[in-house]
Amino acid sequence: MSGMAPPAVSAEGRHRFARRLPSGAIIYLGFVLIFVLFSITLRDSGFLTLENQLNILRQTAFVSVMAFGMTYALSAGEIDLSIGAVVALTAMVTAVLLRDANALVAVPAGLSVGIIVGLANGLLTTRLRVPSFLITLGMAGIVGGLSRWITSLQPVPVLDNTYTFTFGSGDIGPFPTLFLWTLAVLLVAHVVYRKTTFGRELLATGGNRTAARYSGINTARIRIASLVICSSTAALAGLLYVGRLHSARYTLGETDLLTVIAAAVIGGTSMAGGRGSIIGALLGSLVMGVLNNGLILMGFSVTEQDIARGVIIIVAVALSLREAPES
Amino acid sequence: MTAPPAASVDGLATSVVLAAHGIRKSFSGVEVLHGVDFTLRRGEVHGLVGQNGAGKSTLVKIIDGAYTGDAGEIQVNGVPLGPGGPGASRKRGIAMVFQEFSLIPAMPVGQNILLSREPKGRTGLIDDRGVRRQARDALARIGADIDPDRLVEELPVGSRQLVEIAKALSQDASVLILDEPTASLAAAEIRVLTEAVRKLTADGLSVVYITHHLDEVVAICDRVTVLRDGAVTLSAPTSEVTISTIIEGMLGRSLEGTLAYQPHDVDRTGAPLLRVAGLRNRRLNDVSFDLHRGEIVGVAGLLGSGRSELMRAVFGVDGLDAGTIQIGGRQVDIRRPGDALAAGIALVPEDRGRAGLVREHSVGHNILMAAWRRFARAGFINDEAARRTAEGFVEQLNIRTTGLDQEVKGLSGGNQQKVVVAKNLSVKPSVLLLDDPTVGVDVGSRREILVQVRELAAEGNGILLVSSEFEELSGIADRVLVMKDGAVVRVLDRDAGDDLSQEAITRAVQSSEVGPAETQG
Repeated sequence: MSGMAPPAVSAEGRHRFARRLPSGAIIYLGFVLIFVLFSITLRDSGFLTLENQLNILRQTAFVSVMAFGMTYALSAGEIDLSIGAVVALTAMVTAVLLRDANALVAVPAGLSVGIIVGLANGLLTTRLRVPSFLITLGMAGIVGGLSRWITSLQPVPVLDNTYTFTFGSGDIGPFPTLFLWTLAVLLVAHVVYRKTTFGRELLATGGNRTAARYSGINTARIRIASLVICSSTAALAGLLYVGRLHSARYTLGETDLLTVIAAAVIGGTSMAGGRGSIIGALLGSLVMGVLNNGLILMGFSVTEQDIARGVIIIVAVALSLREAPES
Repeated sequence: MTAPPAASVDGLATSVVLAAHGIRKSFSGVEVLHGVDFTLRRGEVHGLVGQNGAGKSTLVKIIDGAYTGDAGEIQVNGVPLGPGGPGASRKRGIAMVFQEFSLIPAMPVGQNILLSREPKGRTGLIDDRGVRRQARDALARIGADIDPDRLVEELPVGSRQLVEIAKALSQDASVLILDEPTASLAAAEIRVLTEAVRKLTADGLSVVYITHHLDEVVAICDRVTVLRDGAVTLSAPTSEVTISTIIEGMLGRSLEGTLAYQPHDVDRTGAPLLRVAGLRNRRLNDVSFDLHRGEIVGVAGLLGSGRSELMRAVFGVDGLDAGTIQIGGRQVDIRRPGDALAAGIALVPEDRGRAGLVREHSVGHNILMAAWRRFARAGFINDEAARRTAEGFVEQLNIRTTGLDQEVKGLSGGNQQKVVVAKNLSVKPSVLLLDDPTVGVDVGSRREILVQVRELAAEGNGILLVSSEFEELSGIADRVLVMKDGAVVRVLDRDAGDDLSQEAITRAVQSSEVGPAETQG
């Protein structure tokens, strides 16, 4: 701020102000550090090749898109634990309809899985006054069960080439469509988050729900919207998985939940609500993706990767939270 | 702990329990304490006053060990208090009672008082009866009649403050630091608290008493130290000072005039700006009144009289069982705060931390929290216009901040309250409700807030002001509604020739005890 009156703050004010780094600084630093480290140590394993870099972008698209949605839910003071199940159900519904009907039916139907589950999460959370943590955990069970039930655990192949090209397998010029999807969602999510009344009211609701209500904000509507947005990004991720893998399986998305929350939190979003960053979520997701890629190139087995990933998530989240001196 | 007799005149040196010399402290290169001296004698109540930001909190936090001073020395009973944080100060018998309560609401009083120091039985398990007994003793020592088994969250704020003191005392304190102990208390509760403080000093305990209520300083303190901009401007026995000399020390100028009533125009023609008729709910019993354009109506009553509940009902926080609200003759249906704001009614709530601010958000975002829609086109915010408006409020209310981007939790209490007031002005209300807006607010900020209130009324808006500072009501209100048990039991009207002096309001509130017998619903 320029042109303000001479600074005259209370002692505590100055104190805390000085201790606060520019928000999100550590994530940029961490990203660059990891990238440089891998570029050197994994030079011979092909880390820096264009193909590998594009691969990282492809592999992180699913988590990135969901991390944007999760940033909305967390910012409103909510959380959505049902995203993995929504990915699976969306994938199954879309694949079945691609087989039995066409993409014009399958895509809207897949997306509406996300919207309906999100609405249910939001309405139950606000009407029953049960924390979204519990509602969405229960919803994960319901939705996950549905996705296994509709195809009796069988994978569903997808043969529609236009669909698979658009949603995840194709390239436009040098760019994978997965990357373009990420970019598009990033742009919309960022602008809505930073530049609209909805974004401001979302942060106010998550920051102090009582004060937000006293400010005339319809906090129930905001919280429901945040959960619908989150669930919808999970549905989009489901569509992308189907396009990328040319088939749907009930196991899709089941390991993504932790990675998504980690990406959002590493990116500077507060678990307590009221603060967050969409760009940060993208970087958080890229950090997770680069680490993942590095582990594979280093030759770790799948089970070893799981263990390493768990450790990395805990360390990374702990490091990113050190920035906030309070609580 | 030995209990020596009260200080004799020539035994000053031995009677000093706490001495701070030349305390200096800087935050990010800016010095906020410029070599402060502070001396506390055994058995005295020592008032520490100054505007928010004058350095009171920093000084006591250094004494308490939460901060480390950059220069200077602190001695406790003649022995230097080394570094070691709050733990070290605690061991030397210094106990601090914080403004923000350190109690756990869902836990009983007794368990709170003895938290992590519970008496154990032979089996090593907690002796519940012992906890209860020790807690009761600690409470009895300050004359508080509170059941140790009650949950803290069930207690009124005043009782919580007493529990907090009992907790501090039960840790064998010889120096008690009270940070604005009466900020949220009603008159009766203040009496109990001051009784408690007197009792303690009679036992040889010393008390540092931080407050904004200068009449309390004169009434219960033995000495007073005044800070201004990080330096001591006055330190003397209270017998040698008056409230005016204290204020002079705080401000360097006198406050006189601000609180004198200024006659102004009230438009009583046509439909009243706000008409409240027959409001009833769990806490309100048939409340009716009118508020006219340009009028400032005060609401007086003890804590629990229904004064805050009236505000909450009109603002749509609490539901109504019966009654109507009209704005300019048109009935409005208010079910939530959003409806009230849409009807032009804004509220500065009683608890600014809980209901007024998002502490982690910036000053700018807090000021604009209720008004984003005014700066948006198709949902997109015009940041430039929003910023200009927020800057205007910072200037208008003289909010002391490093800028719009500073987090609001870094501001002093008075400036935080000014942010809440700015937020409510930003929606351009025609009716402004204020629920005890000057609690825990320094003299300067208080004046700035009251000036805004007057200006808003002068522009033809209506003000409903709850205040436990009857001095404020006396100086600013055209009429005063006296409330008790959820009903308006008396109306003092300046135009009808009623006396609206501080004493008259106090009398009306006290004597409402024998007011018309209300049937409680």
